[in-house]
Amino acid sequence: MTMANYLKQGAAVPDERGYYGEFGGRFVPETIIPALDELKAAYEQAVDDPAFVQELMHLQRTYTGRPTPVTYAKRLTEHLGGAKIYLKREDLAHTGAHKINNALGQALLAKRMGKQRVIAETGAGQHGVASATAAALLGLDCHVYMGEVDIARQQPNVFRMRLLGAEVIPVSSGSRTLKDAINEAMRDWVTNVRSTFYLLGSALGPHPYPKMVRDFQSVIGHEAREQIQEEAGQLPDVCIACVGGGSNAIGLFHAFRDDENVDFIGVEAGGLGVDTDKHAARFGDLSISRPGILHGTRSYVMQNEDGQIMETHSISAGLDYPSVGPEHAYLRSLERAYYTSATDEETLEAFQALSQLEGIIPALESSHAVAEVIKRAPTMSKDSVILVNLSGRGDKDLDTVIKALEGSL
Amino acid sequence: MTAPTRTFGLEAISQMFQQAETENRAAFLPYFPIGYPDYDASIEAIAAMADAGVDGFEIGISFSDPLADGPAIQVATQKALENGTTVRTCLQAVRALRERGITQPMLMMSYANPLVAYGTEQFVLDAKAAGADGLIVPDLPPEEAGYFADVCAREHMALVFFLAPTSNDARIKLAAEKATGFIYVVSLTGITGERRDLSTDLSQIMANIRRLTDTPLVLGFGISTPEHARMMNGLVNGFIVGSALVRAANQGTDAVSKLAQDLRNSLD
Ligand SMILES: Cc1ncc(COP(=O)(O)O)c(C=O)c1O
Repeated sequence: MTMANYLKQGAAVPDERGYYGEFGGRFVPETIIPALDELKAAYEQAVDDPAFVQELMHLQRTYTGRPTPVTYAKRLTEHLGGAKIYLKREDLAHTGAHKINNALGQALLAKRMGKQRVIAETGAGQHGVASATAAALLGLDCHVYMGEVDIARQQPNVFRMRLLGAEVIPVSSGSRTLKDAINEAMRDWVTNVRSTFYLLGSALGPHPYPKMVRDFQSVIGHEAREQIQEEAGQLPDVCIACVGGGSNAIGLFHAFRDDENVDFIGVEAGGLGVDTDKHAARFGDLSISRPGILHGTRSYVMQNEDGQIMETHSISAGLDYPSVGPEHAYLRSLERAYYTSATDEETLEAFQALSQLEGIIPALESSHAVAEVIKRAPTMSKDSVILVNLSGRGDKDLDTVIKALEGSL
Repeated sequence: MTAPTRTFGLEAISQMFQQAETENRAAFLPYFPIGYPDYDASIEAIAAMADAGVDGFEIGISFSDPLADGPAIQVATQKALENGTTVRTCLQAVRALRERGITQPMLMMSYANPLVAYGTEQFVLDAKAAGADGLIVPDLPPEEAGYFADVCAREHMALVFFLAPTSNDARIKLAAEKATGFIYVVSLTGITGERRDLSTDLSQIMANIRRLTDTPLVLGFGISTPEHARMMNGLVNGFIVGSALVRAANQGTDAVSKLAQDLRNSLD
């Protein structure tokens, strides 16, 4: 498979100021504005430097195990009796999720910029593990902020990070989940801005992060677009991915952006149902979600009438976040992408279905995307094709699932 | 409504700096969040500081995710939110303080999202009507402030921007061009909170900024003791103290009043 420089695909968005239509921007304290300028310049230089691109691609191939395959989910397809279902297997990437694509890219950039200390936030722990891994590989010091609630529900990943030599810093403020971990990481960055690289884990935050993370993750779609044509003999009718901050989804969608007949579906965390207030469906419940500013970017934000950020709920730590990357808000406003949600219950069913029908235990985040496949495939004709991003594997979630399914397993 | 008897907005702020300058000292602007420890106590604390002769106020509107703030202000503003404090409550507090005869300039400090949720233009109009003189928004750099800036300019309300030790000449020039009222200079790379010692290169940081602008410069972050305050004379046009006053509020209004008095006296 040929591997062009997927970091330089030349997209219409964002503009120079980091805007995707009316979304995006840089709403951060002045102290870190110069650091964002420095980061943007360094990133632009790096993607123009063949040595940087080659080193990244070499690591993708020899360390991450890319390209990850596209798998035809034959039994799931037969079981649902509609569209043919193909899985993009990011669960097979080293560390078990797509997060490594971005972490390696940014860690290489940190090294190039001469920043020895990297900090990261993590929800499910997958980005923390990916950051700790990249830091170990490249000899950087890594400090990961993680909410106490997430530490409790993603224990294996906490141990993994520590084993890899990273410091895990528990966050006890606010809702003690991903949102608060980002607050603490930003506070650390404001304080140590000269020596520290902030390795942000999703397609959110101030410009240039949403673009940089998208570009690093776009390897997913770049590979999958060729692979699906080989395997299925056509482009997919629809691409489906779960949306936390939105990095695995934008990483899949981006390569198909000019394929007008390929639909995009993002799946948010429906929690206990979008008609309750226990979910993280930023696009699914416009009674409590509207454009606002959180963590340096303008996008949809779950908030009360007074502009205070709401606590969210999801069975999956990685989707438990009250805002969403600005490019998704933009794609939605253009009606280029469509967003829906899966409840905790639907997610657990999908988790089991994929395990039993395909022998693949998916991450709870990814199971949201599978839940949408289960709803949609039967409504589609047998010659249509669904490409779903299996963003990660489910080993980290076994505790949560065992508790949720108590008695029935 | 009776016509305001005091000057307001940009003019009031500029008079504040002139007055301090004639007295050969820096202006002292306490930060205090409305609703901490509770609504009434915050009003009393601010009124007591006004009596102590402070020059102006940064009136805090609380936000659930204050990412430029350290633990002291995080805890206080969280408490204020738990007490049911809203943007409306904060505007009501400013009105109540004006009705009590407090004449010092007041700037509303808020993160961007509560103001956007309220409606930017409506907020500026309501803040002005309540008796506020300007806005301080720590996550709103000048290049993102277009609409805020237009509305504030139209209403003669100050819109303060920040500079930090990391700001280069281009950033200093941008803040100088866009800020009205004053420029808020952050004394260190970091978040709010008391520090035992202030940075040793403060005079260099200030001189570097002063080279490029005549706008009044107000220093904040870390300043907490009368010794620190005394260093402000001749260095800056004004300074802000927040965390230390919030901490004093744990011991009651008298402690806030005493600290404000000590800080103010150290300037003479
Ligand atoms: C496996 C997996 N998928 C998806 C996500 C959600 O993140 P994003 O929306 O950025 O892809 C996470 C986040 O932790 C994850 O671990």
